[in-house]
Amino acid sequence: MDPAEWKLSVEHLTLIMPNDGAPRLILDDVGFAVRAGEVFTIVGPSGSAKSSTLRAIDRLVEPTGGRVLLDGRPTNTLPVQELRRRVGMVFQTPALFAGTVLDNVLYGPRLHGIIGGQADGGREQGCDLLGRVGLPPDFCDRSADQLSGGEAQRVCLARALANDPEVLLLDEPTASLDPGAARVVEDLLLRLAADTELTFVFVTHDLAQARRIGDHGLLLVDGRVVEQGPLPELFDRPGDEATRLFLAGRLGGEPTT
Amino acid sequence: MSEAWFDKGLAVIAAQQFGYLDVVAALAMLAIAVVLSYRERLGLEKDLLVASLRAFVQLMAIGYVIDLIFGAERFIWVLLMVVAMAAFATFTSTRRARALPGSWWIMAAAIGLSAALTLGLMLGLGIIDSRARYVIPIAGMIIGNTMTVASVTVVRLLEDARDQRPRIEAALALGATPRQAADDLIRGSVRLAMVPVIDSTKTMGIVFLPGAMTGMILAGADPLEAVKLQVVIMYMLAAATAVSATTAALLTPRRLFTPQQQLRRLG
Repeated sequence: MDPAEWKLSVEHLTLIMPNDGAPRLILDDVGFAVRAGEVFTIVGPSGSAKSSTLRAIDRLVEPTGGRVLLDGRPTNTLPVQELRRRVGMVFQTPALFAGTVLDNVLYGPRLHGIIGGQADGGREQGCDLLGRVGLPPDFCDRSADQLSGGEAQRVCLARALANDPEVLLLDEPTASLDPGAARVVEDLLLRLAADTELTFVFVTHDLAQARRIGDHGLLLVDGRVVEQGPLPELFDRPGDEATRLFLAGRLGGEPTT
Repeated sequence: MSEAWFDKGLAVIAAQQFGYLDVVAALAMLAIAVVLSYRERLGLEKDLLVASLRAFVQLMAIGYVIDLIFGAERFIWVLLMVVAMAAFATFTSTRRARALPGSWWIMAAAIGLSAALTLGLMLGLGIIDSRARYVIPIAGMIIGNTMTVASVTVVRLLEDARDQRPRIEAALALGATPRQAADDLIRGSVRLAMVPVIDSTKTMGIVFLPGAMTGMILAGADPLEAVKLQVVIMYMLAAATAVSATTAALLTPRRLFTPQQQLRRLG
């Protein structure tokens, strides 16, 4: 495939973090490409730098080397605000702003002036977005600090969607939730993936979840890609020793080398 | 301004002789603070002792310097003295905020701008005399207050940025600029830094009888004259600290965030 045909491609991404004089290699030549509209799943044990990969894509941390292309264009040639508006992100722990749920959902559109001309100040649009994440309209006026973890995470998702992104980076969005809430959010993501043109990069440490979600994916261990391909077949024919160990649940957070 | 009363005030205070034994007696009171700090494990003993010793040496030294400057009565010396005060204040604030690398220019801007603005205005409008004995004590009050306010503002912003990293990064990820992402923090830090100034202004005269006024009254000045001077100083300090806090708060995001608009990892 021509590089321009990928929605998102990550090439030789390297991240070195200063660590009290002993720089640490966090991402080691990570590369993958994502088709428009698909769910690309990154799975790996904790500490394998899955979050760092997403953060480097969204430039919340500056990659040391390599590049990221959005529609074939290197993202470091885009204004940072434009990149972050087009590539949204949902974090592991929901972090809501002070104010109401509606304030949170409309944070991005207000920044970017998308709702400037609307008579109701974007209220209808905000309520619609809440509906898309399965929250009733009366949530609009609730205070953002009175939500359960699952509700807060759904508001975070609605808040990210409000920017009308092309790609959504999901950093273990269900890991901080109780099993019931996690299932609700996961189903919601699956439905969004099926119903929208949105492209997802989904990160999880949970192998069972990775089997349920994702068209393509990769296994990240210790900041390196050890295996990638279509899902869920990737996990059925593990070719690599690290994959085999991780699949057998024996890798944990330990380094492999 | 009531120059005669001011001069007389200084003269009367100077006329009451303090011996070094009196200073030692006052030191005993400091011992109470040190013992308290030790018993409650506040860890402030060393800071308290060093600060007190430094204050003593600095004040002794400055006594001689001021004496020379008052004697020479050359504006250039006054200016140099004021710049030296501001430089030292900048150094002190920078050390306070050492978790934020390269914060010295934020402190320099906050202290320098607020001091230059208020002092310049007071001198330009002829509210205070440009003679050393007026400019130096007033500059000292302004710079001392703007220093404290600049330190509090920056340290508060720094701590809030650390505590609220997830929220700030969530805002950045939605396309906010660093200024937008840190908006609440900026306002919160200015508000906090201004609390002492606002509260002491509020209670002025009831709880708090400030030094300049006390000195003049002790010296036998008309209380109304003393009050007028104090009111001038109070308004000036409110203006100076507001400028200092705002400047510091608006400049700090430039060091908290990278040019690529990422929140730095600090200490």
